[in-house]
Amino acid sequence: MLKFDHVSKRYADAGDALLDVSFHLKAGEMAFLTGHSGAGKSTLLKLIAMMELSTRGNILLDGQNLNKITEKQIPFIRRKLGLIFQDNKLLQDRTIFDNVALPLVVSGYSYQEIGRRVRASLDKVGLLGKEKKYPLALSGGEQQRVGIARAVINKPRLILADEPTGNLDPELSAEVMHLFEQFQKVGVTVLIASHDVDLLSQMGHRILTLDHGQLKAS
Amino acid sequence: MMKHNSRQIKNKDNNGFSEQLKAYLLLHAHALFSSLGRMVRNSFTSIMTIIVMAIAISLASGFYLLVVNMQQLTGELEATNQISLFLKTNVSDNAGEKLAEEIRKNNAIDKVVLITKEQALTEFKQYSGFGDVLDILENNPLPTVIQVLPSNTLNDMQGIENLMKQFNQLAKVDFVQLDMKWVQRLQSMMDIMQKAVFVLTILLGFAVVVITGNTIRLELQNRQDEVLVAKLVGATHAFIQRPFLYTGFWLGFISGLVAWVLVSFILLILQSPIEKLSILYDASFDLSYFSFVEVLSLLILSSILSVVGAWVVLHYQLQKIKPK
Repeated sequence: MLKFDHVSKRYADAGDALLDVSFHLKAGEMAFLTGHSGAGKSTLLKLIAMMELSTRGNILLDGQNLNKITEKQIPFIRRKLGLIFQDNKLLQDRTIFDNVALPLVVSGYSYQEIGRRVRASLDKVGLLGKEKKYPLALSGGEQQRVGIARAVINKPRLILADEPTGNLDPELSAEVMHLFEQFQKVGVTVLIASHDVDLLSQMGHRILTLDHGQLKAS
Repeated sequence: MMKHNSRQIKNKDNNGFSEQLKAYLLLHAHALFSSLGRMVRNSFTSIMTIIVMAIAISLASGFYLLVVNMQQLTGELEATNQISLFLKTNVSDNAGEKLAEEIRKNNAIDKVVLITKEQALTEFKQYSGFGDVLDILENNPLPTVIQVLPSNTLNDMQGIENLMKQFNQLAKVDFVQLDMKWVQRLQSMMDIMQKAVFVLTILLGFAVVVITGNTIRLELQNRQDEVLVAKLVGATHAFIQRPFLYTGFWLGFISGLVAWVLVSFILLILQSPIEKLSILYDASFDLSYFSFVEVLSLLILSSILSVVGAWVVLHYQLQKIKPK
């Protein structure tokens, strides 16, 4: 599903962010990406989401080499992904419904289909009935779950989450992580960047550890 | 966009083509009306922009209409290669009549009209606005005038010159005036004006492009978060720029409408003085307003210019907004 083949990323101003990273994530696998802050976790996720381009090496996503993707194809790559951010990136002036519906709207789905799937997605994260509320009316944990609902509505093959529990207390964090496990159980590949080592080790999934841009043998 | 859609159709199993097309059209309809709704919500900014653009458009279209009307006016005057003989003031109307008879005998003359002193005075009183002043004078100061229309064509300048020389030599004639001279002057002035309007239209059209471009740029800045999130969930540039292009369309279209109303209103105010003026030139002159085709062209042109302004800005600015 996702393969890193000797990937390096060098920033002109900040030097090497990733150095010769190779790993393979099989379809339906769930893995954690961990490491100290500045170890390159976010950079690695940004390479997959095509927010950055690698300096060396190849990234294969679902058989496609991301180095060979043109600017115009980027949107179609992103539609295969479900992206979740620490700051959830919800639009504050839009309702929960509109926020969750956005990936379907940009892909040109019909209104009936959108309505049906938004409710299904919100149901999965336990927020059915809050469609008409605005993000600020929700708690931090609920907002993060709206972000997850938005990420999974397009039925992505791969979910990428960058510190999804960064702003949550331990109880809510565990809840969110279990939510990701449920998606994994139905066949979605999940890659979560997190520094919450205690929580991750409890869950018993594969852990990829980055140290100064290099992947440590696990 | 259509190409992308057709790609999706193949990928999707339960969505038929007509469903996709319907969703696509709905997307456009939604962008069309949501952009209008957004403009209404930010009415202050929208109104300011529309006023500036409407003034630019009405300047261009107003001058255009001015030239059209002037052309119509000079067009009517074009046929007059008429020569006016102003007789000496001591020559009586009767003597003038005799002279007119003599001129009539000339083969080169098509038509001769005598304007008596009395007629001239009446006409002058009627149109000059100095009627009351003239009443004070004891004697009619105006000369008898003989209007001569040569039978030769306008092109035969030599013939007309010869006629004028002959008339000038007549003892009763004070001076001879070829009416065409000032028509020609007017026409060359019209040529200059026409070119000036052309240049002005290009400049003001460019202004419309720039004004819309700048408005869209600010709008894009205000909605940067939205654009970023849309990009992250896989929106194409076509999708993201669509509502902005429609905003451009509305700005241009509404400004065009306002300009049309503005120019028509100004013409309405000018109508009666212009009619008076046209009577002074002996012309039955109907003031031209915008025709249906012209209104349509005005609206289409202002909409297109506006959309172009929006598109240019979007083309350069959207690429700069990248998720970090």
